[in-house]
Amino acid sequence: MTDSKEKSRSKLDPEFEEQLREKSATLKDLVDAGDFPAAMRQINDLCEVRDQSLYREVGRLTRTLHESIRNFHIDAHNLEQQAELSKMADASDRLKYVIDMTGRSANRTMDLVEATMPLATALREEAAAISEDWQRLRRREMEPAEFRELYKRVDGFLGQLTTDADTVYGNLSEILLAQDYQDLTGQVIQRVTTLVREVEDNLVQLVVMASNVDNITGTVHDIDNDNKDEDGIRAEGPQLHVEGRTDVVSGQDEVDDLLSSLGF
Amino acid sequence: MKILIVDDFSTMRRIIKNLLRDLGFTNVDEADDGNSALPMLQTGKYDFLVTDWNMPGMTGIDLLKAVRADNGLKSLPVLMVTAEAKRDQIVAAAQAGVNGYVVKPFTAAVLKEKIEKIFERIQS
Repeated sequence: MTDSKEKSRSKLDPEFEEQLREKSATLKDLVDAGDFPAAMRQINDLCEVRDQSLYREVGRLTRTLHESIRNFHIDAHNLEQQAELSKMADASDRLKYVIDMTGRSANRTMDLVEATMPLATALREEAAAISEDWQRLRRREMEPAEFRELYKRVDGFLGQLTTDADTVYGNLSEILLAQDYQDLTGQVIQRVTTLVREVEDNLVQLVVMASNVDNITGTVHDIDNDNKDEDGIRAEGPQLHVEGRTDVVSGQDEVDDLLSSLGF
Repeated sequence: MKILIVDDFSTMRRIIKNLLRDLGFTNVDEADDGNSALPMLQTGKYDFLVTDWNMPGMTGIDLLKAVRADNGLKSLPVLMVTAEAKRDQIVAAAQAGVNGYVVKPFTAAVLKEKIEKIFERIQS
């Protein structure tokens, strides 16, 4: 903190620095000569130079920020995607699009899974029932009438098996396709990440500039850095970069260890 | 056995609902945060609560505390299924009286194991 502050302290716009030096020399001469009205005008000039330098810096920053936000658009590959994406004007809309799209894919996948599971259950049950009869047949414990029944049943089962296998295959293909959200949402998220990075860079510039402005205006801030997280258990969502951290568990096993150490 | 699942994401509720069905629990209701869950719980119809932590409105940890502070609900078994993975958070949940803690992403086997463990404890 202090290091960067020391560095920025010596940084002023060279042009401004030169004018500051020149005008304060003139000011001193005027005061020494007793020409106070001219000295006052010189002070006004100095203030103007300071203000102008300040406006210039802030103006430059504002332009950069505007540019970053304007440049934030997505190169969709086809007209349908362009229409879809051009509707979204800002980053939060884009992120909502990601949530919607991932939600839609998750639900589509679960629809298909829920449609497929009963097929598997039914096939399994029918196969088990036929298998039982089949064993009886092999042990020659079956009446001819029963055998004819089994014969029809096997025939029906094989037909059902073919149809259901096709359905399962089709559902699995659709589940595969439902993962295409990764591509589109990935593009959107990369765009938002780029914007955030640009905004961050510009904010860092703003902070550096603000410290220059502080130097120009001679402002000293009393910053309170002791604003810590109140109890350390506020919800944070998934933890990233868990490796090497001791305050975060890396999986269920560590949760279980921790809880059992607490007497669970 | 009636179960309430509380999570702000409908997909996660649906996943948990499916896994519970595989475990034989078909009587399941859903709520999207603590504020909507608490009045449902207070009807006394539920035997088991599965809740996320990070939710808008009332969080899971606050819901857990509210449940433990409610005379009619204080012995309701609560399983937390959450992405919150800080040790301090897990300790806090334990201190607040959680019966089980599952971190996301989780497997069907883990969920099954924790639920069975909770019911074993209750019955013994």
